[in-house]
Amino acid sequence: MRVVLAEDLFLLRDGLVRMLEAFDFEIAAAVESGPELAKALEELQPDVAVVDVRLPPSHTDEGLQCALAARRARPGLPVLVLSQHVEQLYARELLADGNGGVGYLLKDRVFDAAQFVDAVRRVAAGGTAMDPQVIQQLLSRRSAADEPLGALTPREREVLELMAQGRSNAAIAAQLVVTERAIAKHTSNIFGKLDLAVSDDDNRRVLAVLAYLDQGR
Amino acid sequence: MKRLKDAVVAGVRGLFLTIFALVGSIVLFVFSVLSIAFILLGIGVFTTPAVLMLLRSYANTYRGLAGSWSGVTIPHAYRPFPPDLRGGVTGQVERCSLMLKDPATWRDLQWLLVNMTVAPVVAVLAPSLVLYMVYGWVLAAGVWKPIYEAGGGEWFAFIHVTSQDTADQAALLGTGFFILAVFVNPALVHGHFLLARACLSPTARMRERALARRVDRLTETRHDAVDNSAAELRRIERDLHDGAQARLVAVGMDLGTIEAMIETNPAKAKELIVKARQNSGEALTELRDLVRGIHPPVLAERGLGDAVKALALRLPLPTEVDVELPGRAEAPVESAAYFAVSESLTNAIKHSGADRVWVDMHHADGMLRIAVTDNGKGGAVAGAGSGLSGIERRLGTFDGVLAVSSPAGGPTMVTMEIPCVLS
Repeated sequence: MRVVLAEDLFLLRDGLVRMLEAFDFEIAAAVESGPELAKALEELQPDVAVVDVRLPPSHTDEGLQCALAARRARPGLPVLVLSQHVEQLYARELLADGNGGVGYLLKDRVFDAAQFVDAVRRVAAGGTAMDPQVIQQLLSRRSAADEPLGALTPREREVLELMAQGRSNAAIAAQLVVTERAIAKHTSNIFGKLDLAVSDDDNRRVLAVLAYLDQGR
Repeated sequence: MKRLKDAVVAGVRGLFLTIFALVGSIVLFVFSVLSIAFILLGIGVFTTPAVLMLLRSYANTYRGLAGSWSGVTIPHAYRPFPPDLRGGVTGQVERCSLMLKDPATWRDLQWLLVNMTVAPVVAVLAPSLVLYMVYGWVLAAGVWKPIYEAGGGEWFAFIHVTSQDTADQAALLGTGFFILAVFVNPALVHGHFLLARACLSPTARMRERALARRVDRLTETRHDAVDNSAAELRRIERDLHDGAQARLVAVGMDLGTIEAMIETNPAKAKELIVKARQNSGEALTELRDLVRGIHPPVLAERGLGDAVKALALRLPLPTEVDVELPGRAEAPVESAAYFAVSESLTNAIKHSGADRVWVDMHHADGMLRIAVTDNGKGGAVAGAGSGLSGIERRLGTFDGVLAVSSPAGGPTMVTMEIPCVLS
C-alpha cells in the first residue's frame, strides 16, 4: 500500500516512516510542507495520505486545507489527519463531504503502533477513524442535553463510542473481549434506541452515528 | 453635472440644518437654562442631567453630520463618568455636579447661542440661492402682473418688478443666483459646520486635561497588563514543573530501569514500558492543555471566528455562534477577545442556569463588537471581585470596554468592544 506522508518535524516524520515501513507500507513520499504535499498527492496518487494539520510555510492549518482540496479534486481519496490537538470543528469539515475514507487522530495515537496502523488501513479501505477524544466530547455533550443516550446501558455506550470511532463489530468484540454476536446484539439495541436506520456498511454506520450525535445543535 | 447635484444636495441640507439648528438650539437652550436655574429649587438636580445628556446627543448628532456631510471632524472632550457612580438620588446629585463641573458642558451651551443666531443664517443662504431662482422664474411667467395690479410693489433683490421686462430681469438675476449657488453652496454648509467646530472643539486646556486623564488610564492598564502577564508566567512555570516535566523525568527513570532489567526480568521490563508510555501520553495531554490555555491552536490556525466556534463545540450547552469578520485582528487583540469570550461563556455556564447561549461577533467602524447572551436567570454584576472585572482588565489593555446587562430574571447580555483594524 502506497502512502504519502506529510509532517514538518523531522523526528516525527522519520519515526512514522520507520513505523509504516515496519508494517509493510510503501512510502511513496515523505514531505514537510503544504505545497510539496499538494504536489505529491496530485502526482503520486497514493492509496492513503497521512497528513499533519499544521504545516509550513504558513504553520496554520495548511495540511488540513491541502487534504480537503485533494479530496475535492479526487473524492474519496483516503486521508488520515494527525494533529497535536483534536477539534470537532476540523472533524466535521473532514466528514462533511460524506465520502468516507477519512481519519482524524491525535498524534499521541502513534504510541500504540498496532492500533495506529489499523486506523491507517481502515481509512485506506474507505472507513473512518475518529479520535476517541472527538467522540467523547460529542457523547458528553449529547448526554447533557438529550434523553436517548441516557437510555443506553454503560456497555452500549462503550460500544457506541468504539463504533463512532469507525471500528467494525469484530474489532469492537476483540477490544471488549466478548463475542461478535454479543456486539451485534448491542449495536441493534443502540440503533433501535437512537432511531437509526440499520445498515451493513461500516462507513455509513459511522456517518449515521455522527450525524445523530451532531443533530439538534 | 456633479457640481449641480452637489449644489442642490447642499441646498436641501442647508434647509434642514437651518430648521434643525434653530429649533434644536432654542428648545435645548431654554430647557438647560431653566433646568439649571431650578437646581436651587431642587427639581433641577433631577432634570439637569437628563437635559444635558440630551444636549450632548444633539451636539454629537451635529458632530456626526459634520463628518458625513462636509468632512469636518469635531472632536469631543466630555469627561467620562467614574465607573463607581452610585445609583438612586445620591448618584443623580453626583451626576448633576459632575456634568456642571465639566467645561465641555459650558462650551455646549455657548455653542447653542451661536447655533441659534449666526449659524442658521449661513446655512439658510444655500437653499435660498436655489429657491430664489424658482421665484424669479415664477414672476417672469406672468405672476408679476396680478401682484403689481393688486398694488404690490414687488422687489426682487434690487429690481422693482413693474413690467414683463423687469420680471424677465428678475428671472435672469435668479438664474445668476443659482449659478452662484453651484459654486458656493457646499462651502456654505461647510461654513456652518466650521462655526460649530470653532464652538464645540475642546480648548487647549481641555485637551491637556483629557491627555492627563488618558495617561492615568494608560498607566493603570499597563500595570494591570504587567501584573496579569507575570501571574500567567508563574502559572505556566508551575504547571510545567509539576506536570509535564515531572512526568518526563519519570519516563526517563523508567527507561533507565528498563535498560537494566530488559534481559534479567523481561516481564517486569514490559510492565515498565507500559507505564512509561502512559506517562509520556499524559505529559502530552498536560502540555496540550497548557498550550490551549496560552494560545489556543485553532486561534493560531484559523483566527478568532473559528476559534470561538470550536470553543462553542466543546461547551456542554447548545451555543449559537454568529461571526461576521472580514479579516483577522492582530494576534494580541484576537487572543484577548478570545479569552474574554471564553470567560464570559464559562460564567454563563457556571452561574446563569441558562440552557442556551448566543455569541455574536462583528466588526464595524473600527470596532470589534462581541455580544454573549444567555437565557439564564440574570443578576450578574460587573465590578470589583466578580469574574467580569477580570475580563474588563483584559480588554482594558487594548482600550476595550465591557458592558453587562443582566436584570434579575434574565437574560444576561455581556457586550464587549475593542477598537482594532482587521487585515
